Amino acid sequence: MLEHYLSLFVKSVFVENILLAFFLGMCSFLAVSKKVETSLGLGAAVIFVLTITTPTNWFINTYLLKEGAIAWAGFPEVDLSFLGFITFIAVIAAMVQLVEMILDKYSPGLYAALGIFLPLIAVNCAILGASLFLVERDYTLGESTVFGFGSGVGWFLAIVAMAAIRTKMRYSNVPAGLKGLGITMLITGLMSMAFMIFAGIQL
Amino acid sequence: MKFLQDILEKQKPLFEKGGKLEKYFPIFEMNETILFWTNTRTKSGPHIRDGLDTKRFMMTVVVALLPMTLFGMYNIGFQHFKALGMAATFFETFTFGLLQALPLILVSYAVGGFWEVLFAIVRKHEVNEGFLVTGLLFPLILPATMPLWQAAIGISFGVVIGKEVFGGTGMNILNPALTGRAFLFFAYPGKISGDKVWIAVDQAKDKLIDGFSGATPLLAATGAEGTHSSVQALHDAGFSAMDMFLGFIPGSWGETSVLAALIGAAILIITGVGSWRIMVSVVLGGLAMGSLLNLLAGDTSSPILSMPAYLHLLMGGFALGTVFMATDPVSAAQTDKGKLIYGFLIGLLAVLIRAVNPAYPEGMMLAILFMNVFAPLIDYFVVQGNIKRRLSRA
Repeated sequence: MLEHYLSLFVKSVFVENILLAFFLGMCSFLAVSKKVETSLGLGAAVIFVLTITTPTNWFINTYLLKEGAIAWAGFPEVDLSFLGFITFIAVIAAMVQLVEMILDKYSPGLYAALGIFLPLIAVNCAILGASLFLVERDYTLGESTVFGFGSGVGWFLAIVAMAAIRTKMRYSNVPAGLKGLGITMLITGLMSMAFMIFAGIQL
Repeated sequence: MKFLQDILEKQKPLFEKGGKLEKYFPIFEMNETILFWTNTRTKSGPHIRDGLDTKRFMMTVVVALLPMTLFGMYNIGFQHFKALGMAATFFETFTFGLLQALPLILVSYAVGGFWEVLFAIVRKHEVNEGFLVTGLLFPLILPATMPLWQAAIGISFGVVIGKEVFGGTGMNILNPALTGRAFLFFAYPGKISGDKVWIAVDQAKDKLIDGFSGATPLLAATGAEGTHSSVQALHDAGFSAMDMFLGFIPGSWGETSVLAALIGAAILIITGVGSWRIMVSVVLGGLAMGSLLNLLAGDTSSPILSMPAYLHLLMGGFALGTVFMATDPVSAAQTDKGKLIYGFLIGLLAVLIRAVNPAYPEGMMLAILFMNVFAPLIDYFVVQGNIKRRLSRA
């Protein structure tokens, strides 16, 4: 069992990195990767939010939304899965509010540094993506927690590496038309090519 | 020499500011500085008198690459005549290889050089000699049978996307030669992997010896089945450890000889151009992972897990990657401690991928690219650690 969780974790961090293999969560990845310190903070926040939203959404999906999920309430034929998107987003938004309040209280420095990007986690597609993957792949509660945590760590790794690269590139002489987002997109592509090293590993 | 200098001096006004061909100054500058030492002086201090500028630095690497290049050419011929079962003199063998390899080198230099000069003229910077190394390294890591147009596309991608969009030599993130090869590897896998491409023969038409396979030692070792051990599979395929060390094996044409790589490594380390920290730590990483896999291997696991670790160092692109690719001073980690970590992880990953990833028999190329991505991060943490230590001491 432990081995299974471990391989799922490795898979979601390296083999199917949510950012570099599925390109989810690109907007905050591109916007907040200028400095390593802030990207460390945002990465940690994303790990936290992902780790709590995926199991929460698993409960909601299994006991409320899935076909036949509310059989416990006496409606065995009801299928509410069309409500999936909106419920998941609501849960994510609530969780992000929670993180915001915690950070504001315990780490005002990080709270100020993240600024507008913290509420933006609510619309980070990586987080909704992970919730949708767990429905699609039929994960159990344990699996979806591990998967959420692993995806978060993968995202964290990618954004921190990107921030370090952009710090190193501060003195690069990038052609005018590619400055800023252009070159960042190109680097993302090259990074994802390097991450292909793990593509094909069976776990 | 005087004669050449006279010609250059005579042409100089044409290319200088206000001259007719002012635009093409980078081309002139390139020829001038490759032949002669520039007489320009830095305008303000500090002044350092040293012959080792980027050009000499890169030329040293090219010189260190020569043993691999020459041996690679000989080996192309050697593998060709071996596959045909024919005896050939040394001269015939070498000429055959030369004729196979030279077009690849020329295409790489011509196409890559075109982009380099184009960017230099448009963006008004000097043509950088970093390209001399990229242009030679790139063909070395291709199979001898690579179609020339694909080589041209590969080097274009490597030079433009791998280097020039970042502003040229010294500013790129990934090693340009490997970027070009990785691009080809994913775009045209049929011409750069499998067992049909490594030996310069036409497998459909040429009359080959019985039992010809064309597989590289890595393919043979990973392909060992059932109760066969990898060592046994290598033996059956006719590869001894000595062959692999000397380089008489199929593979990308310039990568096969560990001996030639060691000569190159000696040149790089003695002149101080290549980092011994990286080379040593890559080897240690490879050995560590190889031994770890040996420990983990059970009776039912794939045979390559139980292959002796030192064999990993002799196969595939490990030697060339260690000496010439991982040590690329631009894309590697910059701090001393960072170099050790960076190198160790390259070795670790390369062997790990060989053993556990069924999609690729070789992991060296992508392991180096992967660590290139993380090199700035390693540096960042090493530097932060130093700052913290100094602060606590103060």
